[in-house]
Amino acid sequence: MWKRLKSLLRVTAVRLSIAYTLAFGLLAIILVFYMTGSAVDYLRQQFQSSINQEITSLRTIYESRGLNALVRTMEVRARAPGANLYVISDPAGSIIAGNVRDIDSDLLAETGWHMHPFEYEGFDTDRSANGERDQKSRAVARSFELPNGMRILVGEDIGEPERLRGVVRKALSFSLGMMLLVGFLIWYFVGSRALKRIDMVSKSTERILAGDQSERLPVTGVNDEFDRLSKRMNVMLDRISLLDKGLRNVSDSIAHDLKTPLTRLRNKADAALTADHEDSKSREALTEVIADSDQLIKTFNALLMISRVEAGSQIAELAVLDMSALLEDVAELYEPVCEEEGFELEVKIDSDVKVLGNRELLSQALANLLDNALKYGATNGETNRKVTIGLRKEGKAVIAYVADQGQGIAASDRERVKERFARLDESRSLPGNGLGLALVDAIAKLHNGRFELGDAKPGLLAELIFPA
Amino acid sequence: MKILIVEDDKEASAYLAKALKEAGHNPDQAADGEAGLEMGRSSTYDVLIVDRMLPKLDGLSLISALRSEGDETPMLILSALGQVDDRVKGLRSGGDDYLTKPYAFSELLARVEILARRKKPDEAETHLAVGELELDRLTREVRREGKKILLQPREFRLLEYLMRNAGKVVTRTMLLEEVWDYHFDPQTNVIDVHVSRLRSKIDKDFGEPMLHTIRGAGYLLKVEQE
Repeated sequence: MWKRLKSLLRVTAVRLSIAYTLAFGLLAIILVFYMTGSAVDYLRQQFQSSINQEITSLRTIYESRGLNALVRTMEVRARAPGANLYVISDPAGSIIAGNVRDIDSDLLAETGWHMHPFEYEGFDTDRSANGERDQKSRAVARSFELPNGMRILVGEDIGEPERLRGVVRKALSFSLGMMLLVGFLIWYFVGSRALKRIDMVSKSTERILAGDQSERLPVTGVNDEFDRLSKRMNVMLDRISLLDKGLRNVSDSIAHDLKTPLTRLRNKADAALTADHEDSKSREALTEVIADSDQLIKTFNALLMISRVEAGSQIAELAVLDMSALLEDVAELYEPVCEEEGFELEVKIDSDVKVLGNRELLSQALANLLDNALKYGATNGETNRKVTIGLRKEGKAVIAYVADQGQGIAASDRERVKERFARLDESRSLPGNGLGLALVDAIAKLHNGRFELGDAKPGLLAELIFPA
Repeated sequence: MKILIVEDDKEASAYLAKALKEAGHNPDQAADGEAGLEMGRSSTYDVLIVDRMLPKLDGLSLISALRSEGDETPMLILSALGQVDDRVKGLRSGGDDYLTKPYAFSELLARVEILARRKKPDEAETHLAVGELELDRLTREVRREGKKILLQPREFRLLEYLMRNAGKVVTRTMLLEEVWDYHFDPQTNVIDVHVSRLRSKIDKDFGEPMLHTIRGAGYLLKVEQE
């Protein structure tokens, strides 16, 4: 529990609310003390002025009608309900008349104000009825001496304002206590909930850091800010792990697939060097070295291109493109070579189809597909060789496709061939670097589209599907 | 031709200078952007070859600086960054051509020689002639020895480009860039087939062939000199 509280105290929200409540409570206390204090001050002033009035009137009575009249008047007034304090004493200090049974004689002896509340014992009928007879009351008073040496004290009971103050302070402390309790409960539940969520997130993060790439941040389904944050972070983690996987794949493949041509290159250079100074032979070997280097450079360029396309949007601005014209251009570029290789190039391009895209990249994707069709479309015998390039709109999608009549790709291999350096055994003997379809896939994704391989019956159907 | 090579990789720069010298040119070398700017300002070159990433002053800034001073020397940018947007940025800074590393020297040489020629603008010329071969851009007619030759639109543009650069080697990549406006490298020999189709139209029924294939480099359109 204590440990839990301690960790709660480290939550920013909890700290802030504690500080806020403390400051608020302190202010409230100051305010109430100030208000009750000034109310009491005000009442005291009222008392003083009413005592002064009383004394003035008593003096007038004494001066005009003498001592007897004064004593009578005071007796009458003292008996009135809620009356002031009245005391007349002889010069020695013993009480002659008034409504006070007992009072500190010093108060009587000292002329002037007695603003510090003092205790006295009265004959108050109200209070004796309530069984508080022996209760001492508190009052403020002013005393003075008559010319004949008699002393008079007039005062006012301050029990009422004091009780008021007591009630207000009690109510205040009760509500402060309640406030603190409720505040504490709120922090505890809100803060501990937040803390629990953060704990969950940090535990997941620890597992991810420890190498569990499949771990994701928890999403409770409430769709609060924690959920939204977790979802965003999960999307980020997905992307990171995808890139990481790609990277790992690439480095493995580079190690494997580039070593072979490099070794070949080295061997040829070696052969050229030791070609018995026979000029034509070494020239031939060197030409091959250059051709091999060019092939390596192409492979590197293709790799770079794929990673740049995969890395995302900064590579190329997308614009609204006339996809029909784009396909016509690519078909026009490839038509002679198709004929040369003994293929019929069938063009089935719907006119006026627009797509948001990059001309260069989309042309390259289609060129790669055509290259592939020319390479693998011929394995199905010599007759009736046809490559189709087409474009159509289907609902909200735009589909650009290239189909051949070769052996196609088995359904189980169709995902794998989109990976870098993935080459099927059948194609190992043919030239190529195994990067063409990976680039097509990356380009499709950059355009928010899909690259799908299917069966052209017979042959391979390669489709690029874009949102229109 | 007087050529300035601005390249910080000493080995690459020396190799380039040697190869250019062997090709009959007169190269100077600068190892960083500031030196390149200084040399570019102080003497007149036919072509500048500028690496994109240079110490002190990068290649694109160097080119913009020279251009803003009214220098109209053709400039070729060399760069390891080969994407479409990199190319666009390079050409926007004032470069005339853009070549991605690594490149074949034959490719660079062909581009440099064509760049140097590009200095004299002949774009407005409507009638081109190489020997007995004539091309009219307005009527879109091609004749050799007075005989009319029918060409497809793309073949026409291909021939026009070859004729504008007659006597110079043009590479496959250059043709793909200039005639088709593609900056990628198809695996199949698409350009070869287009060129051989064109060749069959302009050379087949005539005596001396004009369109030659240069092994390992590209194509050359020229009149056979006796």
